[in-house]
Amino acid sequence: MAHDNHKLAIFRGTLNFKSNVQKIWGVLILLSIITAVEVALGIVRPEWSLTKVLGMKLLNWIFIGLTIVKAYYIAWDFMHLRDEKAGFKWSLVLPLVILIPYLVFILLVEGDYIYEVYKDGFVTWNF
Amino acid sequence: MEATVTTESKEKVWGGGNEPLRASYGKMMMWFFIVSDALTFSGFLVSYGFSRFKFIEIWPIADEVFTHVPFFHGNYPMYYVAFMTFILIMSSVTMVLAVDAGHKMKKTKVTWYMFATIIGGLIFVGSQAWEWATFIKGDYGAVETKGGNILQFVNADTGKRIALEEFATTIPSERDRLERKDAFWFQSEGSLPSYTINEVVEGVKSHPNVLVKTAFFDETGHKKEVLSREESLEALKDAKLVVEGANLTRNEYGHPLFADFFFFITGFHGFHVFSGIVINIIIFFNVIIGTYERRGHYEMVEKVGLYWHFVDLVWVFVFTFFYLV
Repeated sequence: MAHDNHKLAIFRGTLNFKSNVQKIWGVLILLSIITAVEVALGIVRPEWSLTKVLGMKLLNWIFIGLTIVKAYYIAWDFMHLRDEKAGFKWSLVLPLVILIPYLVFILLVEGDYIYEVYKDGFVTWNF
Repeated sequence: MEATVTTESKEKVWGGGNEPLRASYGKMMMWFFIVSDALTFSGFLVSYGFSRFKFIEIWPIADEVFTHVPFFHGNYPMYYVAFMTFILIMSSVTMVLAVDAGHKMKKTKVTWYMFATIIGGLIFVGSQAWEWATFIKGDYGAVETKGGNILQFVNADTGKRIALEEFATTIPSERDRLERKDAFWFQSEGSLPSYTINEVVEGVKSHPNVLVKTAFFDETGHKKEVLSREESLEALKDAKLVVEGANLTRNEYGHPLFADFFFFITGFHGFHVFSGIVINIIIFFNVIIGTYERRGHYEMVEKVGLYWHFVDLVWVFVFTFFYLV
């Protein structure tokens, strides 16, 4: 690539790497740790994480949060969005960040509504 | 565009002679493809979420569905998918290393890193095929009621799942599989389950330690409800079919939509991995014959790299929503 100026800091500059290769391994370690935590939580399913927060188990919120963190590092460092111009970066990321939560919100609310109808309505769900 | 075959660096330049947003034409179009593909995948995953919320009370628990590890017997939820995730992340790393070596014009390094990436991809696709085979084959077997509910069986003494063959009786019967050669018109049917519904019901009646586990969650909200002996026999009066394994219409693990979405989403993702491997192999040979060395840059490696990372990115979400949440 013509411009070989990688940004080598992650965690808002708390962690600086000496070379791009070193940064790649650093990010791998981070992603592996997150995956290991997810798997451990998934197997143990600790009692405290099973309380409901906003209609979903706390554990599931933790999983979704960790997944978004992983997605961020894959996109920012492996797909080197961090090195792209801000205009390019955000023209790719913002449509996804706006449209996907919108779709999630609409369809999950609708799914829950149908569940309530089956449960409390006059229609039996047994078909 | 003849750009795909040229070996000059002119290829990076747009018709207007500049690079808007400092990205070459090919790279930008790869990114636009990725954005649209990401929206496709989110459509699939959100429709999975929709169906799950619709049948939230009877949705299978992933830990009870994916419990196998190749070459090992026993109950090991999650370990194998965790391994698959790690393989895919690892192959993503070798891919970035290949891109990085490409920036420095190190042909041998690019070759070896591309090779490692392809191997990682093959291991992943192979694992997924194994995962599918295990899921289709099923393990314990279950019965389906008239209303479409799935009833599984547990051993009252240990609380663990119990396979049909451990308690089903054998009742001689005349029912044979309908094959096309025996049919009156062009009819045939899939393979019959190992036991008839009567054999399973009689088996439960003669084994007092067998209880029925329903698809519903119990009062704790994270375990499936196990019926008492009387309730079990009562529930079995509605039993209509024996289900072993999963396909697009029946699913011994729970609601059939779970199997449908599993096949569809992991299948679509697996197809992406497969095409990624094919593209990687093409680029790998191009690296070997020195196409990019003559062209003066390895941007092509960077572009397939973007696609490969995207496949990894999608898997991270599939992993979360199918296996963890």
